Amino acid sequence: MSRLGTITRRGFLVGSVAVAGGIAFGTYTVRKPHANPLSADLAQGEAALTPYVKLTREGITLITPRADKGQGVYHVQAALIAEELDVDLDAVMVDPGMPSPAYWNTALSTEAAEFFVPEAGTMQDLTIGAVNAVMKTAGVQITGGSTTVADQFVKLRAAGASARETLKQAAAVRAGVSASACQTDAGQVILPDGTQVAYTDLIADVAQMRPVQDVPLRDPSTWRYIGKPMQRIDMRAKCTGTQDYGIDAAVDGMLHATVLLNPAQGAGIKSFDGTEALKMRGVRDVVPITGGVGIVADNTWRAFQAAALVEAEWEDSAMPAEMDGHWAALDAAFTEEAQDSRVRDDGDMDAALEAGSAIETEYRAPYLAHAPLEPINAIVRVDDDKVEIWTGTQIPRFTQTNVSRITGIPAENVIIHVLMMGGSFGHRLEDDVVRQATEIAMQMKGTPVKLTYSREMDMTHDYTRQIAMARARGTVADGKVESFDLGIAMPSVITSQMGRQGLPASGPDSQIVAGAFEQPFAIPNHRVTGYRAAPLAPLSSWRSVGASTNGFFYNAALDELIHAAGTDPLEERLRLASDDVTRKTLEAVGEMADWSGPMGNGKGRGIAFTKSFGVPTAEIVEVTATEDGIKIDKVWVAAEVGTVVDPVNFENLVQGGVIFALGHAMNCEITYTDGVADQDNYYSFEGMRLPQCPEIMVRGLENGDRVLGIGEPPVPPAAPALAGAIFAATGTRLREMPFNKFVDFV
Amino acid sequence: MKLTVDGVTHEVDVEDDMPLLWVLRDELGITGVKYGCGVAQCGACTIHLDGTAVRSCQTWAADAEGAEITTIQGLGTPDNLHAVQAAWVEHQVAQCGYCQSGQIMQAAALLADNPSPSDQDIDAAMGGNLCRCGTYPRIRAAVKTAAANLKGA
Repeated sequence: MSRLGTITRRGFLVGSVAVAGGIAFGTYTVRKPHANPLSADLAQGEAALTPYVKLTREGITLITPRADKGQGVYHVQAALIAEELDVDLDAVMVDPGMPSPAYWNTALSTEAAEFFVPEAGTMQDLTIGAVNAVMKTAGVQITGGSTTVADQFVKLRAAGASARETLKQAAAVRAGVSASACQTDAGQVILPDGTQVAYTDLIADVAQMRPVQDVPLRDPSTWRYIGKPMQRIDMRAKCTGTQDYGIDAAVDGMLHATVLLNPAQGAGIKSFDGTEALKMRGVRDVVPITGGVGIVADNTWRAFQAAALVEAEWEDSAMPAEMDGHWAALDAAFTEEAQDSRVRDDGDMDAALEAGSAIETEYRAPYLAHAPLEPINAIVRVDDDKVEIWTGTQIPRFTQTNVSRITGIPAENVIIHVLMMGGSFGHRLEDDVVRQATEIAMQMKGTPVKLTYSREMDMTHDYTRQIAMARARGTVADGKVESFDLGIAMPSVITSQMGRQGLPASGPDSQIVAGAFEQPFAIPNHRVTGYRAAPLAPLSSWRSVGASTNGFFYNAALDELIHAAGTDPLEERLRLASDDVTRKTLEAVGEMADWSGPMGNGKGRGIAFTKSFGVPTAEIVEVTATEDGIKIDKVWVAAEVGTVVDPVNFENLVQGGVIFALGHAMNCEITYTDGVADQDNYYSFEGMRLPQCPEIMVRGLENGDRVLGIGEPPVPPAAPALAGAIFAATGTRLREMPFNKFVDFV
Repeated sequence: MKLTVDGVTHEVDVEDDMPLLWVLRDELGITGVKYGCGVAQCGACTIHLDGTAVRSCQTWAADAEGAEITTIQGLGTPDNLHAVQAAWVEHQVAQCGYCQSGQIMQAAALLADNPSPSDQDIDAAMGGNLCRCGTYPRIRAAVKTAAANLKGA
């Protein structure tokens, strides 16, 4: 067996490697469905029951097309299929499958439509339908926006149900009995006389059948998996060093490469000299790539060492050289000409502010790196008529197109094996590592090239979270917030990100105001205006995207108005809440923390609420001001997701989201000096460490009617809740992240 | 030079100063040991050198000659988990899991030295191991479970 065999982890099939002798099932009741991508690869004796269930002699494979970057969606997707298919999760294989338009993401368009048509109802439904039509036609297979559960919750159960009923039908026909008299359990059809027929013994029968469609889904009261604590299918491997990530993949004859890029991200290269590098042991080649140099060796460390010896002359960057220039660009964007959107405009804000404003405040949020612990990497082999890629990615179909363009090889001959990711937080929505590996591999045809970024290259050449600035005004009367005017300026993340994929993004960018414009608070005069700053550093989606900055701005400003009104931050949010699920979310977190106003003794609590990705999320942070600085003691979180699919993974993801957000709010920023990122490793971009980690209590609420994902929603309220707690404990208002510029943390 | 990893002796031909991390990963294919930062800031590459937890990115290959090198893959296996790994599975600690090899090796070394660590001992021992997903609450709980199970064993 080739080294490729070693990346076929137990229980996981990688791509078509294991396709030999075996059928595939999906939910194809929509008109003119995409072709079932599993059908093309089926060998004799295999069947594909929908794009999500494949039967081979080796067993049953569940296809889980949304990428796993640590959030456990391989497990969740498999559990949703298994819930209806009646298979035991420890007895099936799980495979992300090959990228296909059949796996388009339905839920991504829901949030977009809310921006363009904020009122729920017919117009919004029409817009969602229209956006979906585009998404489907383009076959946009993206993992992001906390959409996996929302998108797949019905789709995958329907696929499992269709496959189950088809198998039942097949067994019933063969035995000459009625399908309705048959049962299913643990991968078997059970005939009326008790005979058990394994699903895998029915391959030849179902291969001739049209799948049974429109099968009613089971009542939630009968669920075996959903809502119960699960054992993640990847857990044992991840605790024993046997889970292979992209960086661990190996292919026969592979060489190791790294890149040296213009220190000013995105700028070009004039010339380079690889003479000294080529003298190093194990170095095979030093080759030009877009914006830099590829260094190829027989070992990653040797490539890193050699990269340090390459001399290069670089082009200048178009980006402002110093941070003052970046902030000045945001400051200059608060104008009518730069206004991008004003979707929220309740009451009469201009009239409300005529008599003056209770606050005039400005807030800032810095650039941030994603910095997943696995440095980005990809293996690419370019042959004359074919490209093969092994990498962790959230955008496999875009990457196919990009690599096709670079190599001139048709996209259908660009094969991508999607591998497990050691984190992403949005970094794997970018694919320049694949493009660079392709450029290197084109210069050594037939040789697989594994490109690994050094941590330093990963951090300094990340596509950062947006830098952003906000200004707030408002009025209070009789202990109530009467008006709240928030303006937010940032460059467009979506334009920057989609631009690198060759997609024009026209119209306003919802992310400039996401986490602010749609907040469920009925303030008599309430206006949220987005201002689009000129492009600065290249940007990408960072866990919770626009809401990661705007949740802070919105809550921090609202807190200042509530303070001016002289009332309680939880009570006033409850009074202003404009819908029932919001009120219940706030009540839940207040009850969990036993919220009862000021604490004294150097302790303080802050509360924040952000509805992002459709999930109302409320958080309370408790701190103590000690002689050594602020100590974060406890956090309480209540989040409304409709249905909690796996309570254990849910709690883990929520706690992780809070820790991620608090860590960055405490001490992380990317700054530029002379156009080059100043932070290049974890000593200068640290986040939270275990000794700083508070106790975090989590409650998932199920009052809403939409089933929603939880990867991102815990992030936005954490920083403002911390700022509120620090204010309560010390009287210091924090209006800029990271907070360690102004206070010390224990 | 000769290196003994997880009980197996390997002959490798590498520079004296090649970090053990890269000998293990690229020369011997022991990829359970992870590269995260290269400068001892994250702990993902933690292994045991004669029972002591060290950062393999900061350990020269030549300095490991003659020592017993234990990696996450030698600590236990999916079918025969070490008590610390079993506690990690019980608490469903991992998200992306990329840091967990190092976390588990660090915790195993802590418990070998100190079978009854206090909260402060856990904080002090585990503070150098970064988890970008934020699984710290579960790591704390799993260390305590592992300690209890090891004492009961």
